[in-house]
Amino acid sequence: MIWVDTIVQGILLGGLYALFAAGLSLVFGIMRLVNLAHGDLIVMGAYLILVLVTLLGLSPFIAVLIAMPIMFALGWGLQKFLLNRTLGDDILPPLLVTFGLSIVLQNALLEGFTADSQRLPTDALTTASVQVGTISLGVMPLLTFASAILVIIGLNQLFYRTSLGRAFRATSDDPVTASLMGIKPANIFAVATGIAMIIVTIAALYLGLRSNFDPNIGPARLIYAFEAVIIGGLGSLWGTLVGGIIIGVAQTVGAAINPEWQILAGHIAFLVVLLIRPRGLFPRAHD
Amino acid sequence: MALLHTDGLTAHYGDFQALFGVDITLDQSEVVAIIGANGAGKTTLMRSISGVLRNAPGMVRFDGANIGGQPADEIMAQGVAMVPEGRKLFPSLSVEENLLIGTYGRKTGGHWNLKTVYDLFPILRERRNNPGTALSGGQQQMVAIGRALMSNPRVLLCDEISLGLAPVVIKDIYKAVPAIKAAGASLIVVEQDIGQAMAVADRVYCMMEGRVTLSGTPDTLSREAIHNAYFGAAA
Repeated sequence: MIWVDTIVQGILLGGLYALFAAGLSLVFGIMRLVNLAHGDLIVMGAYLILVLVTLLGLSPFIAVLIAMPIMFALGWGLQKFLLNRTLGDDILPPLLVTFGLSIVLQNALLEGFTADSQRLPTDALTTASVQVGTISLGVMPLLTFASAILVIIGLNQLFYRTSLGRAFRATSDDPVTASLMGIKPANIFAVATGIAMIIVTIAALYLGLRSNFDPNIGPARLIYAFEAVIIGGLGSLWGTLVGGIIIGVAQTVGAAINPEWQILAGHIAFLVVLLIRPRGLFPRAHD
Repeated sequence: MALLHTDGLTAHYGDFQALFGVDITLDQSEVVAIIGANGAGKTTLMRSISGVLRNAPGMVRFDGANIGGQPADEIMAQGVAMVPEGRKLFPSLSVEENLLIGTYGRKTGGHWNLKTVYDLFPILRERRNNPGTALSGGQQQMVAIGRALMSNPRVLLCDEISLGLAPVVIKDIYKAVPAIKAAGASLIVVEQDIGQAMAVADRVYCMMEGRVTLSGTPDTLSREAIHNAYFGAAA
């Protein structure tokens, strides 16, 4: 029974990784941009929520609603005025710029908040659990997983049921022809990054509620996110959730065997999937 | 006053100059054909007018206003739509979504909508849920034309719409031209098939090596003059 419990906990942990990864997947899917600052933006989001909670005395679940539009605006501006200038045939400029942005963010957070670990204030909800048979499930992991599902459903609805979603997909396919349809690719990219930052904020909420964070943990979140995206298949949102679950299950199973193996087991699972399916589990047909 | 005209239009790809002072005019409710051999500059002319290839301001005027130098999305928003060479359908969109993308960010209104486009090309109604790129070449061309029409353009630029298609399919596609014209659009049609161009156009321009070498109405242009303009006088 302990293995069932381990796997269920791993699946729920996968929800957190899927949240880390969904924004990365969205941005890569639309503009083929690998944002190396993604993990640091999640950490920045957690600090923003912490500031709002501290200054306004709000619950983190209310503060996140205020943080979302702020992060959207930040993402929109970041893409419009910085990252759009790096896009082109050469993949190196966006990598270099986002790598630089990652360092800038880490140092700015270090300057502003010191290296001390922080955590969003928890209440009874964050430590509550429900009993399902013989397995005890934390309410917070369940909420995280449900949020990941809702985010992916929401993104799929946006992509496949709205004119903005059509514009996202058309611009992703062919930005030059999209501009002949009256679409401004630069604006589409800015909106996409803004939406990715809303997801980043949701991920930041659960990161801050479930664990300690400090200015230097961004790159590790990026690695988990990146692995989830690659396992799922670049640009596939449901694939990203599956990728997150695979890493989560591998980590909890690894930890059950030996606590030192937790992180390593996730990376090994990533490598095994890459060996078997180099393009991920659900690659897009026309990439 | 011409609806659209180019005034000494030049175009470059890096150091290579592709157009040398091209002057063409398109009047209201007119169909103008641009003919010429491969490399004559026809597609470059279309790309320059549509804004895909940016040029200096003042070289292209539409409805009295300068559109030269503007980006493609702004030119399209003003009423100049293009059917690009090679169809360029969006592979991740279905047929219907490819059509609907032509209306992005615009208020609905005008003659062309999903119903009228499907009436023009009934086969697309049957295939509306298929991926656009899963269709035959001729059907893809119909989607590309329909997609451009969905924006209710005043000028439709058609770049090599017969390229790679069987004669019977080309005939079907060109049958749509009168209906498009009747709905109020003027057309510039780039065509390598001289006979097809002569049949559909009110006026014809022939291009060679980035220059207009001949222009006139189909009934005033002799076979020999077209041959000379198309291949060069020495040919």
